[in-house]
Amino acid sequence: MPFLTRRAVVAAFAALAAVMVGAPHSARAELADITTRGTLRVAVPQDFPPFGSVGLDMTPQGYDIDVAKLIAEKLGVKIELTPVTSANRIPFLQTNKVDLVISSLGKNPDREKVIDFSTAYAPFFNGVFAPDNVAVTKVEDLSGKTVGVTRGSVEDLELTKIIPADATVKRYDNNNGTISAFLSGQVQVVATGNVVAAAIIEKNPPKKPLLKFLIKNSPCFVGMNKDQPNLKAKVDEIIAAAKADGTMNAIAQKWLKTDLPKDL
Amino acid sequence: MGYVFDYSWIGEYSGVLLKGLWLTVWLILVGATFGVALGIFCAWVRALGPKWARPIVGAYVELIRNTPFLIQLFFIFFGLPSLGVQMGETQAALLAMIINLGAYGCEIVRAGIQATTKGQFEAGWSLGLSRIETFRHVVLIPALQRIWPALSSQIVIVMLGSAVVSQIAAEDISYAADFIQSRTFRAFETYIVATLIYLALAILLRQLLKGVGWVLFPKRSAAR
Repeated sequence: MPFLTRRAVVAAFAALAAVMVGAPHSARAELADITTRGTLRVAVPQDFPPFGSVGLDMTPQGYDIDVAKLIAEKLGVKIELTPVTSANRIPFLQTNKVDLVISSLGKNPDREKVIDFSTAYAPFFNGVFAPDNVAVTKVEDLSGKTVGVTRGSVEDLELTKIIPADATVKRYDNNNGTISAFLSGQVQVVATGNVVAAAIIEKNPPKKPLLKFLIKNSPCFVGMNKDQPNLKAKVDEIIAAAKADGTMNAIAQKWLKTDLPKDL
Repeated sequence: MGYVFDYSWIGEYSGVLLKGLWLTVWLILVGATFGVALGIFCAWVRALGPKWARPIVGAYVELIRNTPFLIQLFFIFFGLPSLGVQMGETQAALLAMIINLGAYGCEIVRAGIQATTKGQFEAGWSLGLSRIETFRHVVLIPALQRIWPALSSQIVIVMLGSAVVSQIAAEDISYAADFIQSRTFRAFETYIVATLIYLALAILLRQLLKGVGWVLFPKRSAAR
């Protein structure tokens, strides 16, 4: 290999080193960069309905996609959607392939060390759900009742810790079993995620699972790279305005079939 | 292989396992008693009963023997409430087992009855026994003795198959194992323990059925 001289090797390594050191540094997209570029690049889920999935016409759709479109529209730029998985959504942001992650992202201290978060834009929680006529407002009210839950889920583990001893917990293999048990009246009360409850309500059953109380709340935030105060302020402003004028509530109604929680 | 086996959870979860064991034992004892009774009745109808009833029992047997047990169970538990028939998971599990064993038992017992020679019926009648008495003393007991090993195996199969009742949250051994696995994430240890419990239970059940055989057919059992 005559062309692979020592000088070429050194140059290649130097270039590689420059990319490794330089890329995250130079290419952070502040608000001004996005507006001059004219496109907003957003990472969205493609396998997590109703937040993000691929529709019959092969275009992404869902709560997160609607929020992404809303933010692009308010910024006056075009949108460029990048489908991501839950495992690679933060790396996509860190390597500057996208400007924002709107991918049902929850906030936790580990993530806060590496990226910034907007204010919350969507509810995501586990709770106890039951029809209107079941009088339950707190965990003590479950005493004597039968609650269906999906075995091994977060809500199973959390509820088991706090539920009264004389309540019965029926654990099913998967969400489908839990939903069937609720719809067929085998259990009056279910503990599940708001997304699952929304999926039940969408089927228009005679008994609607309505939220009675929260087990664990972990709303969704827009993720962005650190040190972008203008972008963060602008995204927060757009979310706050959308909450105030009912736009965000319309998105929640469209995809989750419920109003936004007041405290979001 | 860096896997370290850990059975330290057994103490904490022994109550769950015992509860599961008790339900499985209860289900198979009650289920087998009524299932075999149903099977004998259906066998009588199919072999000797009124002509109009035979196709009905035949349809029941074909329906149950040609559909999966899990689907029958789901139909009873999740499906029937739509028709206003609501029952708990334990009742649904028991009912599904009785119906299932009844259909299989029917065919096994019928084979025993049909192997009875015509002369034996005639001998019974000529002794002045009624049809029912002839069936009870002259036909059924020898028939049961003939097919007892096959029927015993079927009962053990139903006991092992009862593991799927955990799918409707009936808290049997499998439910206990799944529950423990979902808390400890010790899949190997949990399921090996469940396997050993089922194995011991199956061996005990076979011995028990052998004992029942000795009681039911005392004079003839020496021949076996």
